Amino acid sequence: MDDKGRLRIAKRIARELPENSIVNLGIGIPTLVTDFLPKDKGILLHSENGFIGLGAAPSPGEENPDLVNAGGGAATLLPGGCCFDSSMSFAIVRGGHLDYTILGALEVDEEGNLANYTIPGKFVPGIGGAMDLSVGAKNVVIAMEHVSKHGEPKIVKKCSLPLTAPRQVNLIVTEQAFIRVTPAGLVLEEIAEDTTVEEVVKNTGAKLIIAEKLGRF
Amino acid sequence: MKPVRTPQQAAENMKDGASIMVGGFISCGRPTAVLEAIYEKGIKNLTIISNDTSKEETGIIKLVLAGRVSKFIGSYIGMNRIMGEKMKSGEVKIELVPQGTFVERVRAGGAGLGGVLTPTGLGTAIQEGKEVLTVDGRQFLLEKPLRADFAIVKANKADKYGNGFASGASKNFNVAMAMAADHVILEAEEIVEPGELDPEKVSFPCVFIDTLVQVAKPAKGGK
Repeated sequence: MDDKGRLRIAKRIARELPENSIVNLGIGIPTLVTDFLPKDKGILLHSENGFIGLGAAPSPGEENPDLVNAGGGAATLLPGGCCFDSSMSFAIVRGGHLDYTILGALEVDEEGNLANYTIPGKFVPGIGGAMDLSVGAKNVVIAMEHVSKHGEPKIVKKCSLPLTAPRQVNLIVTEQAFIRVTPAGLVLEEIAEDTTVEEVVKNTGAKLIIAEKLGRF
Repeated sequence: MKPVRTPQQAAENMKDGASIMVGGFISCGRPTAVLEAIYEKGIKNLTIISNDTSKEETGIIKLVLAGRVSKFIGSYIGMNRIMGEKMKSGEVKIELVPQGTFVERVRAGGAGLGGVLTPTGLGTAIQEGKEVLTVDGRQFLLEKPLRADFAIVKANKADKYGNGFASGASKNFNVAMAMAADHVILEAEEIVEPGELDPEKVSFPCVFIDTLVQVAKPAKGGK
């Protein structure tokens, strides 16, 4: 996927976040959401390594070794931010105090099952905060490419990879589609400006219910 | 008052087979001086309990490369390819724990609790071999407490009683780990007289700390 696609995902997700919400952004495409957050909506970013009020990267030479983001990169704390230890940080996550978590995925399926932490035998970086975030956040949004590098659908009928969490995903946003996970199944609510419903259906490994009023983004 | 020791003195009582908790998140709030002394001392068959192994080939990774670590318990090993290789070869036994479960298990170990009931990990590989309990109609995994023989934690400033202040995001796992070991070593960038540390700025109280070690401040802008 090109940068245009990645930025489109980030921009669409930023539009979805309500005023005054507390949001945690994962590594990769989710991090790009930062650039599209409206300044006047009071949205605060939670960083699971111990603070709320994550700001942009500091200017060179201004890095504070005690303020890093969840990927270890230099970060800043916005006015009104606050710091805490990891136990408090995950109490925020697990206790239902985090409004949104935006995560990448390897696979998502019809039931909202998420696989994003391992490909056995190939890729075992660990779990980090992904399991707690997907179980604990009120809304779980997946930001990912619609298909894999090899062109295989990443939205599938049933996840084949080990699960990060069962039945937790609420929304899937790709460069092609905006899909809501509902008890009835996956509802295609919007498609990207440069694609068609047929194209999205072809690239999806699960059944899609097409919304009556299909939007564009 | 707690004794102020060199890193070498702080590591004196550590023996082969010891379990050691190490605070820090990647390189943030990460104590490194006593780990270096452990390396020099040459003890082996260690169990290291730490959120991650950090990126650099110092500290935990240096011990791993020297074949001194037999087990690692933490949440993330992807920062450094060496851990993945050691996991594959079976040279280091690796127990991966979700990060929130990890810190809460450590906290339970230090707080005298018999474990933690968490929804995290239900319906995943993490559940294997663990008890599932139903409380008020909701299911939880029973996760057992984690304790260690030693913990090494980090603060920006400490007083001689062992009260410690860790700024910004450097509190991370240091706070819970300060409670959860038989012997706790605090590496502080600054050690002051009692009364010189604002009591409102104590990240972990003196009661947990056994030994103080004075270490250098990391350079601003560098890691």
